[in-house]
Amino acid sequence: MAVGGDVPANGDEMVLTSRLDELFDWAINWSRRSSVWPATFGLACCAIEMMASASARFDLSRFGSEVFRASPRQADLMIVAGRVSKKMAPVLRRIYDQMPEPKWVIAMGDCASSGGVFNNYAIVQGVDLIVPVDVYVPGCPPRPEELIYGLMKLQEKIDAQHGVTTALLAPAPDGQAEAA
Amino acid sequence: MSDQTTVPAISSEAAAVDLDHPLLEAIRAGVPGLTGLTIGEERGMVQVQLADACRIADVCDYLKNRAPVPFEMLVDVCGIDYWDSEPRFGLVYNLHCLSTNQRVFLKVRVPSGDPCVPTLTGLWRGADWMEREVFDLFGVRFEGHPDLRKVLTPDDLEGHPLRKDFPLGNVDVWPEGADTNTAR
Repeated sequence: MAVGGDVPANGDEMVLTSRLDELFDWAINWSRRSSVWPATFGLACCAIEMMASASARFDLSRFGSEVFRASPRQADLMIVAGRVSKKMAPVLRRIYDQMPEPKWVIAMGDCASSGGVFNNYAIVQGVDLIVPVDVYVPGCPPRPEELIYGLMKLQEKIDAQHGVTTALLAPAPDGQAEAA
Repeated sequence: MSDQTTVPAISSEAAAVDLDHPLLEAIRAGVPGLTGLTIGEERGMVQVQLADACRIADVCDYLKNRAPVPFEMLVDVCGIDYWDSEPRFGLVYNLHCLSTNQRVFLKVRVPSGDPCVPTLTGLWRGADWMEREVFDLFGVRFEGHPDLRKVLTPDDLEGHPLRKDFPLGNVDVWPEGADTNTAR
């Protein structure tokens, strides 16, 4: 694993930098997966179960995800809870675009995952037609335990990310450095 | 709870015709030249069948402004597609009297050739979006409507989805901004 563009001539140095790289990766992944803040995107009955997941009985905050944000700019995760109509599709896409990187999406329930029983002109046949989805949680609606399991799966996915430090250290694409 | 032992059967047909209904005489007296008017009552709800759909605005004007029990609120306008019978389309106007809590369902039939009825927006401003919804989903036009556009379905969706001959299943039409190419 190389850091930046230059490969060090000394082999020992390379091992050391690789380990540091992985250590930073671990730390960054740990902090990211321990504070996944969801954006509220309740569209239908699944939203009730999503709210129940955050309640005291199921207590989503045990996994660091209780802070539901009303603004996409403060959120890491979009839980699409419910059926997405074609008219809602541009709104959903826009809110996803407004979320800062890194960001993840959980498609909660059958409707968000595949359109569910609504195979018709009005409903988007799976929210993965609009935004990239990380975890699908089936159910109609899924119980809070299932949503929490989906969140834990997402945490496993975040934990398994490699090269996070490398990506952060890489020079920004042209134009972005001046903008910042 | 109730001493009623027999429950009236649910029927898809119109309610039993009541020739002595007080509203029948009142509408006939109030709207001259009206033919083909029948009234039935089912489960305490009055159904008025009007054969001539072109007179719907006159009847509603009477019921709202001049009737002894004024039905001052238009609750809903519903469309029905009877599909294999003619006149093909049906409209149900749900009127409500706020002072006596009475309801009347005004029913008309519209032929499939050029389905068109007079608008009620002159009587109720709220009829605007209700009639737009019926236009969007059934394709029934409302003569004299100030702004007869789609209201629910995506702008480029062709056809009227609640018609029985509209194909089942997904229709690949997307509103502007849905941006489906970047996802996968």
